[in-house]
Parts: sequence; structure tokens; C-alpha cells
Amino acid sequence: MKKYQYWLILVALIIILVIVPKPLEISPTASVIVTILLGLALIWVLVLTIRGHLIGRRVVFLFIGASLALPFFMNFEMPFKISPEVKTLYDALAKLPPGSKVLAAFDYDPPSAPELQPQADAFMAYAFKHDLKVIIMGLWPQGPQQADMAVAKALRQPEIRAKNLRYGVDYVNLGFQSGNEFVIQRMGTSFSGMFPRDIYNTDYNKIPILNGVENFSNIDFVFNLSSGYPGTVEWVQIAVDRYGVKLGAGNTAVQAPSVYPYLSSRRLTGLAGGMSGAWQFELATQEPGKASTYVLPQTFSHTVVIAFIIIGNAALIVGYRRSKRGEA
Amino acid sequence: MDGAVIGIWLAALLTLGIMSFVYRDNLYYKICEAIFIGISAGYWFITFFWDSLYRIAWIGIVHEGRYVLLGGVILGAMMLMRLFGKIGWIARWPLAFIVGATAGLKMMVYFTTNAMAQIHDTVYDTVTAFSGGDLYNLIGRLVILLGTVTGLIYFYFSKEHKGIFGGVAKVGTWFLMITFGASFGYTVMSRMSLLLGRIEFLLTDWLKLVK
Repeated sequence: MKKYQYWLILVALIIILVIVPKPLEISPTASVIVTILLGLALIWVLVLTIRGHLIGRRVVFLFIGASLALPFFMNFEMPFKISPEVKTLYDALAKLPPGSKVLAAFDYDPPSAPELQPQADAFMAYAFKHDLKVIIMGLWPQGPQQADMAVAKALRQPEIRAKNLRYGVDYVNLGFQSGNEFVIQRMGTSFSGMFPRDIYNTDYNKIPILNGVENFSNIDFVFNLSSGYPGTVEWVQIAVDRYGVKLGAGNTAVQAPSVYPYLSSRRLTGLAGGMSGAWQFELATQEPGKASTYVLPQTFSHTVVIAFIIIGNAALIVGYRRSKRGEA
Repeated sequence: MDGAVIGIWLAALLTLGIMSFVYRDNLYYKICEAIFIGISAGYWFITFFWDSLYRIAWIGIVHEGRYVLLGGVILGAMMLMRLFGKIGWIARWPLAFIVGATAGLKMMVYFTTNAMAQIHDTVYDTVTAFSGGDLYNLIGRLVILLGTVTGLIYFYFSKEHKGIFGGVAKVGTWFLMITFGASFGYTVMSRMSLLLGRIEFLLTDWLKLVK
């Protein structure tokens, strides 16, 4: 294929996508047919590979793209089961009486938003509906901005809007503080020392929700959303082990394996890991959001990745046998 | 056309530009990459300027008289000395301070949290699992104990990995492989989520194909 032909296909695709009726949704029967076609295409690739015709990397990208995009239009019900780690996270939140002060540490930035923002949205809506007082902070510069988005989304819900929640009284955003784990360490003795003002430059002592909040001993629960360093590991090491904080966390899938040991030793109350954790957290809090939409495309893409691992291994075995035959 | 629409189109075109790399390296991708790096660097600079230098240092020292913050400002200024060839050595002092403070804190927390506490809980949970009556939990705890011990033996290099010792180390290798596999699986899952976020943006916000 010539170079300009690829561009023509791309332009045609964009034109089709622009003129197609919106929103586009395909029936359950059509969804099944599309899934079967995708499966057959993968089997065809496997057969080609076994017969010695190796496919190019662009075909793999095409399959991944299709497996991520097509399920958005499909009508499938996903079977769900809430894992013990998400259940314990939810249980810890559910046990908090109205008026409890929850410190929400937003330690991530926009690239991790697909996994963590649904958790932030669900947490914020749940906290506001159950009259928890939320104190927001971030060890990542963009974390508090992500928190603002979750707050704005929660406040748009009629049930929450009816509560007339007030900034400074029901929730506050202390903003970002540089210093990584040293910030947590210092907060163990003085919150105001690390956050003398909130994001609107209001003095710490003039914010009603922070009255009597001197250090971690005045906080009932810490909820940490983390995508790396500094994050949940540092919160466990310092806030939990040194100051006895009760901590629940939502993590990106990359980080989750490094946090699981803390869960089994009960240093972490609960954990929502990756997209599946976010989805389960939404289900547990009964706040369906983007993770519920994302879970089907992710399931499809994982299936395709597994299929290509099998195909890749088939190619390896075929190549090995061929080279052996060649040697003989 | 309002600002939001322009923003969405801009974001969509930049997303497609970055995605075009899967076809091959090209000029469109390079432009998008340069824009991303430039904006990221600018964003970080502005964030630290307003959050650290202005909000903490300037207001803290000038308006609130917290002169203890001067120590941090001086150390920060010393760090910039590396930009000047002859007096570049001055930057080593604040660097030594950072390394020393971080090492002091990390050494302590890693030893207490990641070593002592984890060892305690591994042993304690295994012992209590025997009296708990929950077979599923007991098996799980024994697997964790086995993985911990064999994993540690694999990293014991003072004795040659032969005979029974070598066999146990081999079991440790298998545990490590399973751990790396799980970790890799989670990484793939995370990368898929990032791509998913962009595809959802293109389909929902840009093309309005999804509700």
C-alpha cells in the first residue's frame, strides 16, 4: 500500500465518524456478532502465524485499537463481584459516622486519571452524601486540581446539591505541597505547618472545618489516591506506621502489586487497584461512573493481549522448529 | 465556536498526533511531542514558582515573619550555583543535605515497615492461621511463608545453589517469576487504561459517538 492510501483511509474514517448518527449504539445481537468476528479474526491471525506468515506490528495495534473502541458501542452486561480488598475499603468508609473528618490525599496527575478519577468521583459523592467532612491535599501538583474536578462533579448531583454544602465548612482544598514524604512526616505534628493556607490563600486557622485539626490524631480516616512516588507506600510507611493513621487507598494498576503486601499485613485498610478496582469501588459505593463504562473495553483489550501472547508464542515455536529443520 | 470546542479539537488533534507514532515516527508526532514536553516543563516551573517560592517562601518570610524558611531559600539558591562553572561545588552542600535527610528517613521507615513489620506479620499470621480453622486462609498464609523463605534463599549467595539448597532456591525463582508476571500483567492493564482514557475522549468529547 502506498503512503497516500493510508492517509486517504484515515481521512475517510474520520469523515465517516463525523457524519455517522450520534450517539451510536449497537444492539446486543450485533454486539455478539462483532465479538465473534473479532474472535474469528484473531483465530485467522493464529492460523496465519502457524503457517509461517507473520503479521506486522501495525496489525497488532489495529486489533488493540478496535478492542478498546468497539465495546463503547456495545450492549453487554458484565458479571461483577466485589473483591475483599475493595469490600474492606468500602466497609471502612461505611463505618465512619456523619461528621467524621476524612483526609483525601490526591497523589496523581491527568495521565493516571482514567484509573483514578472514577475512584475520586465515587469517593467524593459518597462522602458528601454521607456527611463526611473532606479535607483535600496533594503531594503531586495536579492532584488538588483533579480533586476539584471530582468535587464539582459530585456537587452537580441533585441529592448533594440539596444539602447546600459549603466550602470551608463541609470540605476544603489545602492544595499541593512539595516535599514528598517529608510533608507526611511534618503533618504528623502539625498540619498548619505544612499547609498554612488553602488554595484560595485563606489562613488555616480561619477555615471552620479545620478547627481542632492539629495533626493525624484529629483525622478519622485517610483516603489516598496514588499513581506512584510519593504515594500510598509513603503514606503507609509514615502516616500508618508512625502515627497510627487508618488508611484506605486507590491505586493505579502499575502500583497495586507493590502495595498488596501492606494489605495482607493490615497496614492498609482496603485497596481499589486499577480499573477493575475502580469499577468495584463504584459498585460498592453505588456511584456508577466512568469505570463502569471502561470495564468492558478493558476486558476486550485484555483478551486480545492474551490472544496475541498465545500467537506470539506460536510464532516462536514455529520459528524454532523451522530453524531446527533448516539446521538438519 | 467557544473556547471549550477549540480546546477539545486541539486536544483531539494532539492525541491523534501522538497516536500516529504507532504507524511510524513522523513530523506530526514530533511537533505534538515537543508541545507536550514544553508545556509540561512550563507547567512544573510555574507550579513550583507559585506554590513554593511565592506561597510558602515569599509570603511566609515577608508577610508572616517565619524566618526559619530562609534556610530553605538559601539551600535552594545554593543548588542553582551549579549553573556557574567555578562555584558549582557549592551545589553539593544542599544536595548532601537532601541525600542525608532522605536516607535517614528512608532507612528508618523501610527497616521498620518493610522489614520488621512485614516479617512479624508473616510469621504471626501463619501461626494464628493454624488455630483459625479457615483452611483457605491457612493455605494462603503457608504459600506466602513459602514464597518469602524460598525467595530469601534465592538471594543468599554465600552458599552455592546446589543440592537441596539449590532446589529450594529454584522454588524461590518460580515465586519471583510469578511475582514479575503479576506485576507485568498489572502494568499492561494500567497502560491499557491510559489508552482507554484517550479513546474514550475521542469517541465521547470529540466525535460525540458515545453518550
